[in-house]
Amino acid sequence: MQFSALSLAYNALTGHRHWKPTWRDAAPKDAYDIVIIGGGHGLAASYYLAKEFGFRNIAVLDKGWIGGGNIGRNTTIVRSNYLLPGNIPFYELSMKLWEKLEDDLNYNTMVSQRGVLNLFHSDAQRDAYARRGNAMRLEGVDAQLLHREEVRAMAPFLNFDNGRFPIQGGLLQKRGGTVRHDAVAWGYARAASDLGVDVVQNCEVTGFRIDNGKVEGVETSRGFIRAGKVAVAVAGNSSRVMSLAGMRLPIETHVLQAFVSEGLKPAIPGVITFGAGHFYISQSDKGGLVFGGDIDGYNSYAQRGNLPVIEDVCEGGMAVMPMLGRARLLRGWGGLMDMSMDGSPIIDRTPIDGLYLNAGWCYGGFKATPASGFCFAHLLATGTPHPTAEAYRLDRFETGHLIDEKGVGAQPNLH
Amino acid sequence: MSPQPNRRATGGLIDRSVSLNFSFDGKQYGGFAGDTLASALVANGVTLVGRSFKYHRPRGFLTAGSEEPNGLVELRTGARREPNTKATTVELYNGLAAMSQNRWPSLAFDIQSINNWFSPLLGAGFYYKTFMWPGFLWEKLYEPLIRRSAGLGRLSMESDPDSYEKVHAFCDVLVIGGGAAGLMAALAAGRSGARVILCDEDFRFGGRLLSERTEIDGTPCAEWAANVVAELDGLPNVTLLPSTTVFGVYDGGTYGAIEKVSDHLETPGPGQPRQRLWKIVAKRSVLAAGAIERPIVFGGNDTPGVMLASAVRTYVNRYAANPGKRAVVFTSSDDGWRTIADLAAAGIEIAAVVDPRLQVAPSLGDIAKRAHAPVFLGARLREANGGHALASLSIIGADNRERQVRADLLAVANGSNPNIGLTNHYGHRPVWNEEISAFVADVLLPGMSVAGAAAGRFALADILRTGADAGAKAAEDTGFSATMPPVPATTADPVSATPLWHVDKSRGKAFVDFQNDVTAKDVALAAQEGFRAIEHLKRYTTLGMATDQGKTSSVTGLAIMAELTGRSIPVTGVTIARPPHVPVAIGAFAGIHTGPHFKPTRLTSGHRWAEENGASFVEAGQWLRPQWFSRPGEMDWLETVNREVLAVRNGVGICDVSTLGKIDIQGPDAGILLDRVYINMFSTLAVGRARYGMMLREDGFAMDDGTTARFSETRYVMSTTTANAAKAMSHLEFARQVLWPELDVQTVSITEQWAQYAVAGPNARKLLQNLFGLAIDLSPEAFPYMGVAEFEFGGTTVRLFRLSFSGELAYEVAVPAHYGDALIRRLMAAGAEFGVTPYGTEALSVMRIEKGHVAGNELNGQTTAGDLGFGRMMSKKKDFIGRTLAARPGLVDPERPVFVGFKPVDPSRRLRAGAHFLGLGKAATTANDEGYMTSVAYSPNLGHWIGLGLIKHGPERLGERVRAYDPIRNGDVEVEICSPVFVDPEGARLQHV
Repeated sequence: MQFSALSLAYNALTGHRHWKPTWRDAAPKDAYDIVIIGGGHGLAASYYLAKEFGFRNIAVLDKGWIGGGNIGRNTTIVRSNYLLPGNIPFYELSMKLWEKLEDDLNYNTMVSQRGVLNLFHSDAQRDAYARRGNAMRLEGVDAQLLHREEVRAMAPFLNFDNGRFPIQGGLLQKRGGTVRHDAVAWGYARAASDLGVDVVQNCEVTGFRIDNGKVEGVETSRGFIRAGKVAVAVAGNSSRVMSLAGMRLPIETHVLQAFVSEGLKPAIPGVITFGAGHFYISQSDKGGLVFGGDIDGYNSYAQRGNLPVIEDVCEGGMAVMPMLGRARLLRGWGGLMDMSMDGSPIIDRTPIDGLYLNAGWCYGGFKATPASGFCFAHLLATGTPHPTAEAYRLDRFETGHLIDEKGVGAQPNLH
Repeated sequence: MSPQPNRRATGGLIDRSVSLNFSFDGKQYGGFAGDTLASALVANGVTLVGRSFKYHRPRGFLTAGSEEPNGLVELRTGARREPNTKATTVELYNGLAAMSQNRWPSLAFDIQSINNWFSPLLGAGFYYKTFMWPGFLWEKLYEPLIRRSAGLGRLSMESDPDSYEKVHAFCDVLVIGGGAAGLMAALAAGRSGARVILCDEDFRFGGRLLSERTEIDGTPCAEWAANVVAELDGLPNVTLLPSTTVFGVYDGGTYGAIEKVSDHLETPGPGQPRQRLWKIVAKRSVLAAGAIERPIVFGGNDTPGVMLASAVRTYVNRYAANPGKRAVVFTSSDDGWRTIADLAAAGIEIAAVVDPRLQVAPSLGDIAKRAHAPVFLGARLREANGGHALASLSIIGADNRERQVRADLLAVANGSNPNIGLTNHYGHRPVWNEEISAFVADVLLPGMSVAGAAAGRFALADILRTGADAGAKAAEDTGFSATMPPVPATTADPVSATPLWHVDKSRGKAFVDFQNDVTAKDVALAAQEGFRAIEHLKRYTTLGMATDQGKTSSVTGLAIMAELTGRSIPVTGVTIARPPHVPVAIGAFAGIHTGPHFKPTRLTSGHRWAEENGASFVEAGQWLRPQWFSRPGEMDWLETVNREVLAVRNGVGICDVSTLGKIDIQGPDAGILLDRVYINMFSTLAVGRARYGMMLREDGFAMDDGTTARFSETRYVMSTTTANAAKAMSHLEFARQVLWPELDVQTVSITEQWAQYAVAGPNARKLLQNLFGLAIDLSPEAFPYMGVAEFEFGGTTVRLFRLSFSGELAYEVAVPAHYGDALIRRLMAAGAEFGVTPYGTEALSVMRIEKGHVAGNELNGQTTAGDLGFGRMMSKKKDFIGRTLAARPGLVDPERPVFVGFKPVDPSRRLRAGAHFLGLGKAATTANDEGYMTSVAYSPNLGHWIGLGLIKHGPERLGERVRAYDPIRNGDVEVEICSPVFVDPEGARLQHV
């Protein structure tokens, strides 16, 4: 059923009896043209494969429930304020897809372009943000460099006068903002399912069947599924899943914590990041302050973090927004981040024929969901990378064509 | 103060001799010491205390503890306002001011309660289906409306005026919860001599014992608890932490706890923190956090006056506050029946006892008989009626007949959920225990045991016994010999329960999650729409995501989902509780690191002198460095900086360079280590000489640069940039300890141990000669460029380096840091006759840009040695860190932007760092982007702005013009590519004689 105010009203009057399952909870078939592993970016990929490239015989497998991975565990921020030419066009494509996502999916994912403001605290930081902002403008992306008083007008509650590192200004991307993360997974699942994609939950991949260097299908907890192509998009578990195919990835897995406060009346307009410590914050439509900071810093597959980083994040929060002191941290979560060696992702084929990889999103994968899906679909359908994702090659660590936004080198826990 | 109409004259654990005044929504009330805000409101007959999230339904207290979903208030006023504070957890104090929240214009008359009428439109996930057209209205109209009506309390928007502390504590046994089980555990462990910490969220130890009228060892249970607490208090190895909630279990047996230190005061005392964050490392822990009673989902079950039975007993017994006059008890558990006697004893009339079970133990029937309470077995409640207060209830009997009963209080008991959230904190899922119809801990955390009701033991005798067991066992595990304390005698209490999750065919809205307004219908809609996985249910309906974290709703919601989908509860699944177990103030996590104390401020030993001499300071990481020294009459910073630059170039200046990283490297293999970390050779450096060096990261990109001096065969002193001091140090340590442990070399950071000043300018040598006299021969022959020396002067060691960042004849003088202040004063005195001028980082930067030296802006982690013009410095005679990866095609690509200088074609134009370079006439696109400006300065020597930057094929394009494109600052300047060395390209000034 098409979603609209009208259909909602009709159903309200008829006791909501007519709503159907949002997506078909499909049982896996014996064979598909393409099997996508991972109900996050994979859902987006399946949708674009069906819609843009006409594929229908596709399955998306998730080991648990769709949206249960990083697509549903993040701080919901979307932005395309990148610096390097390998990244900007891709993230801008993503931003453009976000901007029409609701129309596309007929699902309100609450794309909310309330702005992303990166504060700077020194001349050197200002010039680095100017370099970034100019790079964005060269690509046609909106960017503004605000001075201190302009920042104050936007966010008068920031600590302008008593801070350790006084705020000098900020880089603003007005089109940045937040999106309701769960709705993205559900919206893609619904739209893909409507186009014939099988969304298969509780189907864990336990192995790959590879014959003569070519992938034949996947072994799963629900039996063998034959596939023409297998596409892996399992953020947080990429290294583990690809090890089933005998591949070792240039990825380390780390824990990132994020936090949400109790519900509060609107206090923070958009997304704000603190430049003198690692802290970022926004407020959800429901009223919770959603915030985070650095990864915990050690390799782990445990989805839990520890106190030092919580303290560090809250110190950053109090430094820039001392009004937060009496707001309470309600929930925290620790997600698994596939940290790549240069902080940028991989969308590429693998040395195994028919096996494709979408990985290494570090902790920036959510904003990429639409473009990641689109470009992965393009690669799967045409065999060639989408022009905006050409740089995301698996062999770039060997060739040195790195995309290191932060310039910290091959130290994954610093990206 | 008005009388407290619902307060009984006697009984309870309140101190009637201490009257306290407080206000709620501006109205004054009175209470007593020992009250919570909730109990005081109940005593005053206030039933309406809050509004729900979505439908703005009128709400009263459901509970008497930290699981409260309804009774949230904005506590205190002004900058101290605390939104969403559970009135049930607030210890009453004199002068307390609380306001209801999420209502307008008033709690009694809330316009938005109109949402209730539109509720058919506003079911679970309604917003995913609408507000999509037209798109632009989302940000403009729909979302602002949603945002405004969402949220609960209001932040003060002012800085939190209170302070927070942190404590690190260590113990053998941490006991979490000071109820019957916890007290026994603490007693058993405490008597053994083990270091025990006992925490309880309540301001008074005793847990449920404070709310029940049972006897232990022949004394009222609250009195028994007080006696145990008195004994524990007398044990020196036991630390009692009341008002302290353990909220999280972290790796390595670390427990986070939050102590309310002065939340029971109007404002903290002088020097007193508001709260204290405890980080407790415990060898063993005993979780004795009790259990949380469950509501029953039926129509109107959120009407003020509907309370959990355990909460009713708390208000009645502990606080002598009667929440009503005529009550109904709706219970599916034996435990609920005990409420009957308590109500009767408090003089509350019992209109009916409704139990869905067809049969109950005879002893229960006797309780009802004694209280003259009509009993309906096999019955259920269909609907609760009343607006702001409960008026009547409709009972469907076993005979299916519906009766209306008048009542202003309903006590609901539906069995309890063991309070085991903490056992989930490593990601372990609890398991369903059919016998008690509740989830219990399955895999326990290392070192943790569970006792009492938290372990699913609901009979008091079991609770006491399991507590004692767990405490003794924990003490023994940590090496103490513990004897089980005798388990005191109690009366047997029946604890059977057959939960009734949801009353079928009930009328009206039946709430599962009270605060988030999730109804049984919403759960059904979620099931219908395919959100059947428990996490989907939670996320789609927001069940369990409110400030009570689902403590009264999650299990009920999943039980209803199980019923709807025909699956068992364990198959349906369960969510995993994550820390924090209760919401914790962000300020408490931050502790003292707020405002100016966010990070340490590092000052050089010359800081005071600089302050005295009018320096303006700038942040350099954590350091404060003099940026410039303004003089009276100077119009702006640029005038000051120009003066300082010219003073150095034409006379002599002094700059504090103490913040640069300094690393002492000693040992026979020091030279080998340096050869391996620098791209160029250092083992061949002569003693008494310094050399410029660059080091790469392992991935082949430039990491840091600086000069390293050799003071003896086995001793070098390295200098690094200020920004990379720590990074270079850890890089050396990694190389020394991990890569090549066989090297005989030691390194130590001496950045803070030495003060260092640059003395630069044509008169630099004369100045130093004035100061040092015969202590050292500074003649060019004896002390040439890049010479270094160490000598004794004025009772201390002085290190002298002939280095130059400015391009002038220059030295750096270093002394132990405590001589730093003396040194700058002596240097200034020695230079007085030459008009010596102190200069700051800005002039330093101007001069290094004039000389084309790279600095942090160029060493940005994305450049290679080749990019920066140091390609030929990379030794081919030896291996060094980063050499191999620096040879990758991407790093030696001839299309990489390379370091050169830039000057504006129109000399009046200002340059800005961060501008990108575009070919003249080329469109402003990424494809035409040729590089970017890294550093700019106004050169007073040249009389125009100059810049350094990276551009493709730069050195081959000297003289070519390009655009420095800076749209973000409306800049677009035509510049000419030039050599990066703007001043004295031959380097003659360095050799000034």
